[in-house]
Amino acid sequence: MMNLLVLQLLNGLQLGVLLFLIAAGLTLVFGIMDVVNLAHGVLYMVGAYFIATFAAMTGSFWWGLLLTVPAAIAVGLILELVVIRRLYDRSHLDQVLATFGLVMIANEAVKIVWGTSPLAVPMPELLSGSVPLMGPLQYPVYRIAIIASGLAMAGGLYLVINHTRIGMLLRAGATNRAMVSALGIDIGKLFAIVFTLGAVLACIAGALVAPILSVDTGMGESVLILTFVVVVIGGIGSIRGAFLGAILVAVVDTLGGVFGPILLRSVLDPSAAGQAGRMLAPMLIYILMAALLCVKPDGLFGGRG
Amino acid sequence: MSRLQVTNLCKSFGALKVTDDVSLDVAPGELHAIIGPNGAGKTTLVAQLSGEMRPDSGRITLDGRDITRMPMPQRVRMGLARSFQITQILPAFTVLENVALAVQARRGSSFRFFAPAAEDTGLNGAAMATLREAGLDDRAGVRASALSHGEHRRLELAIALATEPQVLLLDEPLAGVGGEEADAFVARLAAMKGRFTMLLIEHDMDAVFALADRVSVLVYGQIVASGPPDEVRSDPAVRTAYLGEEESA
Amino acid sequence: MTDAALTGTAGRPSAMSARVQVALVLFALFALFPPVVIALDDPFLILIGTRILAYAIAAMALDLILGFGAMVSFGHAAYLGFGAYAVAVLSSFGIHDIALQILAAMAVSALFALVTGAISLRTRGVYFIMITLAFGQMAFFFFTSLSAYGGDDGYALSQRSTLFGMDLLRSNTVFYYATLGLLMGLFALCHLIVRSRFGRVLTGLRENRTRMQAIGFPPFRYQLTAFVISGCLTSVAGVVLANQAQFVSPAFMSWHRSGELIVMVVLGGIGTLSGAIGGAVAALLLEEFLGAVTEHWRLYFGIFLVLMVLFSPRGITGLVQQIKGSRR
Repeated sequence: MMNLLVLQLLNGLQLGVLLFLIAAGLTLVFGIMDVVNLAHGVLYMVGAYFIATFAAMTGSFWWGLLLTVPAAIAVGLILELVVIRRLYDRSHLDQVLATFGLVMIANEAVKIVWGTSPLAVPMPELLSGSVPLMGPLQYPVYRIAIIASGLAMAGGLYLVINHTRIGMLLRAGATNRAMVSALGIDIGKLFAIVFTLGAVLACIAGALVAPILSVDTGMGESVLILTFVVVVIGGIGSIRGAFLGAILVAVVDTLGGVFGPILLRSVLDPSAAGQAGRMLAPMLIYILMAALLCVKPDGLFGGRG
Repeated sequence: MSRLQVTNLCKSFGALKVTDDVSLDVAPGELHAIIGPNGAGKTTLVAQLSGEMRPDSGRITLDGRDITRMPMPQRVRMGLARSFQITQILPAFTVLENVALAVQARRGSSFRFFAPAAEDTGLNGAAMATLREAGLDDRAGVRASALSHGEHRRLELAIALATEPQVLLLDEPLAGVGGEEADAFVARLAAMKGRFTMLLIEHDMDAVFALADRVSVLVYGQIVASGPPDEVRSDPAVRTAYLGEEESA
Repeated sequence: MTDAALTGTAGRPSAMSARVQVALVLFALFALFPPVVIALDDPFLILIGTRILAYAIAAMALDLILGFGAMVSFGHAAYLGFGAYAVAVLSSFGIHDIALQILAAMAVSALFALVTGAISLRTRGVYFIMITLAFGQMAFFFFTSLSAYGGDDGYALSQRSTLFGMDLLRSNTVFYYATLGLLMGLFALCHLIVRSRFGRVLTGLRENRTRMQAIGFPPFRYQLTAFVISGCLTSVAGVVLANQAQFVSPAFMSWHRSGELIVMVVLGGIGTLSGAIGGAVAALLLEEFLGAVTEHWRLYFGIFLVLMVLFSPRGITGLVQQIKGSRR
C-alpha cells in the first residue's frame, strides 16, 4: 500500500512536470496576449512526432531531442507570424475559431505526413532500466529523468522570469499590458518571443514523453484540456500558479484513479466501489477545479479577471 | 434626516489615497454639488456611492440604511441612480429601448419570456414620458449609437431618470457639451430640482453655482470646504487650492 | 403619439421579420427535401437531413447564449450527450416514449447547466471559455467510464423512440418531419424569448454590462437562466441524434463537437437564430461535400476556418456585426 502510494506519487510528479512545461507557455500567452490558444496541445503532439522522426533518421534519441528544439522554434515562429499575431486584437470568439481551425489542420496534416498508426520512440540506452527505490520497489530511470529535467527547466524558467529583464517584462505584461507598451518595448517582438518559448516548452514536453507513450494524433487533445484546468487553477498569467496547478492536477488525477476505488470500498461494497471509483476518478480534477473556483474565481495566483 | 449620508469614507490605490476620510450628506430635495480639479477623486467617489467600487472603510447610508457593501443593482432598486461621465448606453438598442429597459428594471419582472417587450405599452409609455423630459422624444426610434454627443448626454440622463430614483448621482452630465445645448441642459436640471435629491459632480462652474444649494470642494481625495455656493466661492482656501488652479489652467 | 412611436420599432420591423423570413424560407426548403429524396431514390439522404435538422436545433440553442448573451460556451456538446444518453438509459429500462426522454434529457441538462453555469459565470472572457470546455470534458469522461452503456465504445439502441405509445417515428420520413416540427417549434420559442423582457435584458448585458448594472439588473441570474435554457434546448438535439443514429457514444460530446457547434453559429451569423440554422446546414453540407471528395476533409475545413477569420476585416464576428449594422 505504501509502495503503491510512493509509486503513484512519482507517476503524478512525472505527469505534473510535463503538464507544467505545457501550461507555462499557455498561461503566459493567455496572460500577456489575452489570446485563447486551442492549438497549444497540438505543439505537444508535434514535439513527439518530431523526435520520432529525428530519432529514426539519426538513429539516436539524443540527436532527435537536439534537432527537435530548432524545429520547435521554427514551428512556433511560423505559427505566431502567420496566424497568432493577427489574432491579438480580435475577439475571443475569433481566436477560438481560428485556433480550432489550426487544431483541425494540424491533426489532419500529421495524419497525412506520418500516417494514422502510432509511432514508437526507442528509449535511450543510458536511461533504460529501473533503479531500486525502497524495499522491493523499482522505478524506471527514464521517468526519473523526466522528473529531473522537468524540474530543471522549471527552475530555469523561474530564474529567467524573476531575474532577467525579459522576465521582468513578462511579469509586468501578464498583470498590466498597458504598462509594458508604456515602457517603449516592442510588443510585437515580446509576443513572438513569448509564444515561441511556450511552443518550444510544449514541444519538449511532447518529445520527452514520446519514449513512454505511443505517439499518435489524439495525444494533444487530452493534454490540452488538462492544461486548461491547470491554468484555470493556477491563475492566468502566473508561472508559479501553473507549477502548483500542474503538480496538483497530476497528483490528484493519478492518485484518484488508483486510490479512489480503494477509499470508496470503505463505504461501499467492492463491486459498487470499483464502479463508482472508475466513474469518479476521471472527474476528480474537474471537481477540484470547480471547488477551487468557488473559493477563488481568479485561481490560486490570478490577479486579473 | 439626510437622504444620502457618507461618513469617513476612505479608498486607496496602493499608496495613493483617492478618497481620504470623506464625509458629506445630501438632504432630501437638495442639490449638493461637488467640485474639484482633475484627479481629485470625484469619479472614484461616485463609483463608491453607486456600488461600482468598494470603499476600504467608512459608511454610506441611504435613508438611514447602510448600503456600504450593497451591490450596484440593489442600490438602484432602492432608488439610488447614477449617470456616467463617459456615456454608457446600449449602442445597438434604439433610444426608446434604452430607456424602456430602465423602466423595466424598476417595474415588474424581467423573467417574462414570451410577450414581446417592444409592444409593452406600459414600458414604452413611461419611457416616452421620460424621453420628453430629456428632450429626446423625437429621436425615440433611432439607434442609440447614431446619436450626437449632446444627445448621448441627454440619453444618459434619461436612462437614470427612468429608473425612478429618489437620489441621483450625476457624474459630469455636461461633459463635452457646450453653448446653447449646455444652457438647455442646465435648465432641464433646474426643472428637476426639488423632485430629486441630487449629488452633482461638474466642471462647469457657471452651471454649478446656478444650480447648487450646497457646494463641497474635493482636492486630493479630501473635502477642503463645504457650504452655500456664495460662501464657497469666496473662501480664500478654495480660491487658491482650486479655483485659482482652474483659472490659470 | 402614434403607435409606431410608442412601440419604438422604427427601422426594426424589417430586421425583425428578416429573421423570421429567412427561417421560413429555410423551413420551406426543409419541408420540400423528402420528396426530392424520394425522387432521387436515395433514402440515406433523409437521415443526413435529420442529422442537419438536429444540429440546427443545437446551433440555434447555442446562439441564444453565444449570439444574444455573448457567452462563448465551449462545452455545449455535453448537452447533446445528455440528450443522447437520456434515450439510451430510458430505453434500456423500457421507456421508449420520446416525450419522456426529452423531459429527462432536459431535467439532467438543466441541473448540469445550473451547477456548471453558476461556477463558470463567476468568471468571464478566457476563463469562461476554458471552464465551460473543462466541464464539457468532465461530462465526456463520465460517459466514457459508464461501462453499463458501453463506455468508450458506445451503445446501440434497439429501436427508435415512440410517440405517445405509437410507433410513428420508425419511418425515416416521419421522423424527419417530426424533427422539423421540433425545430420550428423551438425556433418560435427562441424567437419569442429574445424579443421578450428577458431577452432584452440578456441582449442588454451583451451590449453594456456596466450600464445594465447601473439600471438595476444583476447580470448573474439572467445569464445563468439563459445558460440553463440553452442547455435544455441543446439536449433536445441530442435526443434526435441518438434516434437518428440508433446509437449513442461519448463521441457525441467531444470538445471537437462543441467547437463545431460554435462554427455553425458563427458561419450563419451570430445573434440571428435563423443564421444558426443556416450555419448548421452550411457546415454539415460542407463537411459532407469535402468528406466525399477527400478523406482529409478536416484539413480543408480547418484551412477554411483560419482563412475566414484572418481575411474578414474585423474577424467573422466583426463581419457579422457590420452586416447587421448596415442592415438596421
